[in-house]
Amino acid sequence: MKSFKEKLLVMLGREPQKPAAYSPEAEQIHKLKRLNKADFEAMKQHTREHQLLQHKWRNRRWAVLIAVNLLFVVSFWLDIQMLEGALTASRFVGFHLIDLNSALQVMLAHKHIIVNLLIGTATVFFLWVLLGGRTFCSWVCPYHLMAEWFEALHLKLVEKKWVTDHEFHRGTRTVFWVLFSLLAIVTGYTVFETLSPTGILSRALIYGPSLALAWVFLLLLFEVFYSRRAWCRYVCPIGLTYGMVGTVSPLRIVYRLDKCFHEGDCRKVCLVPHVLDVVIKGRAEEAVMSIGPDCTRCGLCVDTCPSGALTYGVKGLDKLL
Amino acid sequence: MSDNNPESDTPAGNAAKPAGSAKQRTARRRFIRSSLLTGGIVGLALLGYLPVARASRTRLRPPGALDEKDFLASCIKCGQCVQVCPVQAIKLGDLTDGYGIGVPHIDAREQACDFSCDAGQCILACPTGALTYIKPDFLPVRPGAHLARLPILKAKEKDPEPTLNLKERMGLARLAQPQICLAAQGKGFKGQARGAGFKGTMRYMDVDRWKPIPVADHPYERELCDLCVTECPIKDAIRLKFVDNGDGVKRAVPEVLEQCVGCGVCEMICPVEAGGMAAIVVDERKTWEA
Repeated sequence: MKSFKEKLLVMLGREPQKPAAYSPEAEQIHKLKRLNKADFEAMKQHTREHQLLQHKWRNRRWAVLIAVNLLFVVSFWLDIQMLEGALTASRFVGFHLIDLNSALQVMLAHKHIIVNLLIGTATVFFLWVLLGGRTFCSWVCPYHLMAEWFEALHLKLVEKKWVTDHEFHRGTRTVFWVLFSLLAIVTGYTVFETLSPTGILSRALIYGPSLALAWVFLLLLFEVFYSRRAWCRYVCPIGLTYGMVGTVSPLRIVYRLDKCFHEGDCRKVCLVPHVLDVVIKGRAEEAVMSIGPDCTRCGLCVDTCPSGALTYGVKGLDKLL
Repeated sequence: MSDNNPESDTPAGNAAKPAGSAKQRTARRRFIRSSLLTGGIVGLALLGYLPVARASRTRLRPPGALDEKDFLASCIKCGQCVQVCPVQAIKLGDLTDGYGIGVPHIDAREQACDFSCDAGQCILACPTGALTYIKPDFLPVRPGAHLARLPILKAKEKDPEPTLNLKERMGLARLAQPQICLAAQGKGFKGQARGAGFKGTMRYMDVDRWKPIPVADHPYERELCDLCVTECPIKDAIRLKFVDNGDGVKRAVPEVLEQCVGCGVCEMICPVEAGGMAAIVVDERKTWEA
């Protein structure tokens, strides 16, 4: 079991470490894979041939993301008052919901917390503890969806060798998180909100287009032509805030070493491939492992894996079933 | 590091390439790229201060707003105030407002707050206390911002509780262009206050207490124009004063009183304007000076 601290450090920017030791079960699976190489290859071939290309989880996720954002829009436009407000703060049939990162910015900048702010923040905290933390990113954030579509364009251009992906250090996001928190405290303004594409897009959907959309478009262009998924991967403090919530969440992606052929398809589609470090040959220290907190639970890897080694799982519940 | 460079096979290449192994160079480039990204994004975010620093960008804020700096800090930019306003008076700031992005404001000439919700629904809706009935003790009240007594809403003057729970003014009305003021010229007014194309709405108690209607649907006919006085939703906030400039002719002139909360209805309803500005306007955040 990778320690809590290790997972947290990887999320903050450290490179995943090779395991020092394996559990007996994992050790045996690793060994078997090496011994029966011919069998292993044959099984791999067989699985490949019978692979079903599917987008089950992606389609479900897009449907949920669009539905949630649409609920905000129709609540205002049709005045049905189900989900009033925007993603930064809202009321679901009267109950306060407040985005954790926006709440953090306001609390640090204003230095005064009223009861409603606290209630909304606590509600959202528990909601995302249950649902996986960064689940917010891939299942709710409208920028994530835009970025996913523009990522497809980026990958096409990369394939044609017209552009290359420039990586940044993953720790940059941690630096941003600290800087934006400090800036809120020192300046007394919610500095991050000025540039947050999540807030900008959410408000634009609900209250109508704004000039700020030009900034969001520039970000998308930057991601297409310079660096794949740069905002979500290296900048967005919202992602890190929800990632921290995800450290204690029971809902996560589960990896089964015995089903894995170590082909790495999952890492190619992943927004945060460092969390899938365990799928590299020889990296899994246990037979069954849960994927780290930085994982957005988007399910692209689940859809992609030809052999079902990656699945959704709920800690505790899995053992019961 | 320079004596350990397996990548350089020619002296020229050695001179051109920075020292270190390929891996080190990649790491160094990545570090520089990351630093530039950090500097760039933080720099852009800090540019948001410029519009805030420019006083000309001050906006009329919804009722119950904290002082400007505290307001920008405490507003979570969600627009719940926008959603509850019965006359859609509240608009949100854009990128050009810098740190004021997503922060609510009112353009009084386009659509003023006429308190047709009776209670400050926007204040009730605000989740962070940026709009508030009760200002926290540690936040100071600027001299002259405090209202001497709770304003009485003309619309519910006969109710058991006729007051509006508003302790500080949003701004203060001012007769900015007395030379074009119809009353000051002794002129009356007949017709739609702002023309047929005006989209603004207002509550008229004689029409419907709970359903604001377009101003264009409610034409006026006055011997002497007094729209800013009669349409003001607050009791004792403005009156017509008759002054004699020494020529023996008494002329009317709108006089703003201390109970003015700065809602902007007078600015919206004023039928005349010059240079894109009504005869009477609201100065946002302006305080009362006795």
